[in-house]
Amino acid sequence: MKKIYSVLVENRSGVLCKVAGLFSRRSYNIDSLAVGETDDPAVSCMTIVSSGDERTIEQIEKQLNKKLDVIKVKTFDETASVSRELMLIKVKYNKGNRRDIMETCEIMKADIVDMSKNLMIIQICDVPEKTNLLIKMLQSVSVVEVARTGTLALPKCMDTE
Amino acid sequence: MIGADAIVKCLEEEGVEYVFGYPGVAICPFYNSILESDIKTILIRTEQNAAHAASGLARVSGKVGVCAVTSGPGATNVITGIATAFADSIPLVCITGQVNSELIGSDVFQEADITGAVESFVKYSYLVKDVNDIPRIFKEAFYIANSGRRGPVLIDVPIDIQRAALKKFAYPETVNLRTYKPTVKGHAVQIKKVIGELAKAKRPIICTGGGVLLSGAQEELRAFAEKYSIPVVSTMMGIGVMPTKHPMYYGMVGNNGKPYANRAMNESDLLIMVGARVADRAVSQPDLITENKILVHIDVDPAEIGKNVGASIPLVGDAKHIFEDIAKEEFTCEHEEWITTLNHYRDTMGKKRNPNPDYVDPAEFIRLLSEQMEDDAVYVADVGQNQIWSCSYHIVKNGRFLTTGGMGTMGYSIPAAMGAKLACPGRQVVAVCGDGSFQMSMMELATMRQFHVPVKIIVLKNNYLGMVREFQHYNYKDHYSVVDLSGSPDLEKLAMAYDMKFMRLFTMENVEAAIAEFLAQDESVLMECVIDPMDLV
Repeated sequence: MKKIYSVLVENRSGVLCKVAGLFSRRSYNIDSLAVGETDDPAVSCMTIVSSGDERTIEQIEKQLNKKLDVIKVKTFDETASVSRELMLIKVKYNKGNRRDIMETCEIMKADIVDMSKNLMIIQICDVPEKTNLLIKMLQSVSVVEVARTGTLALPKCMDTE
Repeated sequence: MIGADAIVKCLEEEGVEYVFGYPGVAICPFYNSILESDIKTILIRTEQNAAHAASGLARVSGKVGVCAVTSGPGATNVITGIATAFADSIPLVCITGQVNSELIGSDVFQEADITGAVESFVKYSYLVKDVNDIPRIFKEAFYIANSGRRGPVLIDVPIDIQRAALKKFAYPETVNLRTYKPTVKGHAVQIKKVIGELAKAKRPIICTGGGVLLSGAQEELRAFAEKYSIPVVSTMMGIGVMPTKHPMYYGMVGNNGKPYANRAMNESDLLIMVGARVADRAVSQPDLITENKILVHIDVDPAEIGKNVGASIPLVGDAKHIFEDIAKEEFTCEHEEWITTLNHYRDTMGKKRNPNPDYVDPAEFIRLLSEQMEDDAVYVADVGQNQIWSCSYHIVKNGRFLTTGGMGTMGYSIPAAMGAKLACPGRQVVAVCGDGSFQMSMMELATMRQFHVPVKIIVLKNNYLGMVREFQHYNYKDHYSVVDLSGSPDLEKLAMAYDMKFMRLFTMENVEAAIAEFLAQDESVLMECVIDPMDLV
């Protein structure tokens, strides 16, 4: 079962290490991890995607809450959230495949954000399935390097909020 | 006032009487300032034992144990002691010296990333970056260590911070931590549910863990068990919640526990676990124990509930508060037949031993020793076969039984006994260890001598690492590997070297008189009991 944890933590040195250490110490999976400041500079938000059985999922939340640098933990399913991942892919191109790549980008709603004579950087911001699909599509050309943010997510808007 | 003075002042504000430690350059400003204070310092002989001694003190006094060591190897040496306290949920504040702030990260002499290294064994840790934070950090550290689920807190203080001048010292009265608010009071709805189940139960039982002792809920729990005639069993860490000979007490559970205690727990229809982790040593197959029963799990740490076993009724809170609240309710709970059954089990399912008459029988020796020990005595068991014999045969009256059930760190008993003795000098304190565990801490005989800590020590000597030998006996067909301790020193000569009284028993002949003589001494005594090397727990 996949779960997304949105973890608000004190923005202090060492906190990322403590939270990541908790996952390795207790053999929990981290599928992806993204960290950034929130609107309050004293608070950071970590978005962690993890998977496991029901008991593990519950334990992860409890263990996170036990950490003294953790302010709040929100757990939600992928279906109940809006999630995005940003990815940059540098590919090698030639005259022969340039059109194909551009067409693929168009279909996938990806942008070409930098270019040289035989290299280009493609940017995509979408749900993780789409970003994975783009890599798969580009595997026929030569992918030089990839950088991705990991999933960011927020629970869907509810009128009760 | 400089940082080091401020640290000492904080310890005074917290009512600290003893600091166990080992100095080095990086903690020297602190050890210089403490000379001006009434706080007594105990120079332990290795840093690990500073944490164990602080643990012994904490467990009998209910206060936070404090140790202070230097940077680098001093700090890394103390980790095993901290990890032991963490596994057993013992409140400690451990102060470590650190190299100059500006040098952190440059791998200079005696630098170690101790806050990083100790992360998974502490409740929390601090690296002090501003001298003016010292009062707040110490206030928080003592509060964190001794509230909620107890545990060790480490404060790493660079030497320049210890030397820097403070603007003003004001010890905070309250702690304001937005991320830490432990639940102590049990949820009323859950308590009602527990009472509902108790009224229905035909075979209720309580299993007490170390959490009951940490919360100081012995009285409340005993009163509850007596009022409603609810049988009680315990984990290793829960020994002493009930006096061993209490009619409602049915012994320790687990793979080394009493067969009738395990049977009682298995056959119950309502199991109330209090302050116990349901770890492998107490419950070998946690998933199975809920098959035929309702499980009420009471713990101050919500993460313990559901970690190893799913509870039917989770109840988060401090045991003392919860049993005080349950005591306010009136209900009936009848199960006479169950008590009769359990009494029958207790009378008939005892373990039979066949002691070798050529040696001291550790089981009978421990029983006779504890019978002669004072009512409120503190018995500290080490780790190994001695721990299992101690758990099985020591009779707790109204004293304490200390051991490390979680981490199982060899060498715990002597330093922990020293800490306990310093905390309550009026009480009899006896450490019982094997010849393996004794040799892990025998350097502390010097500490006992130097600071006049009259702890009594019993060494069950078999020239083997008995517990491992026993494991190799069962699992490797007596193919013994690295368990022979025959190079051990002559303990009589060793005792002489430390000006200690010495006694040795070879058989059970006149053992009661020897025990009486051993216990009657005002000073430290080392007693060696020669036991059968092939004996099994």
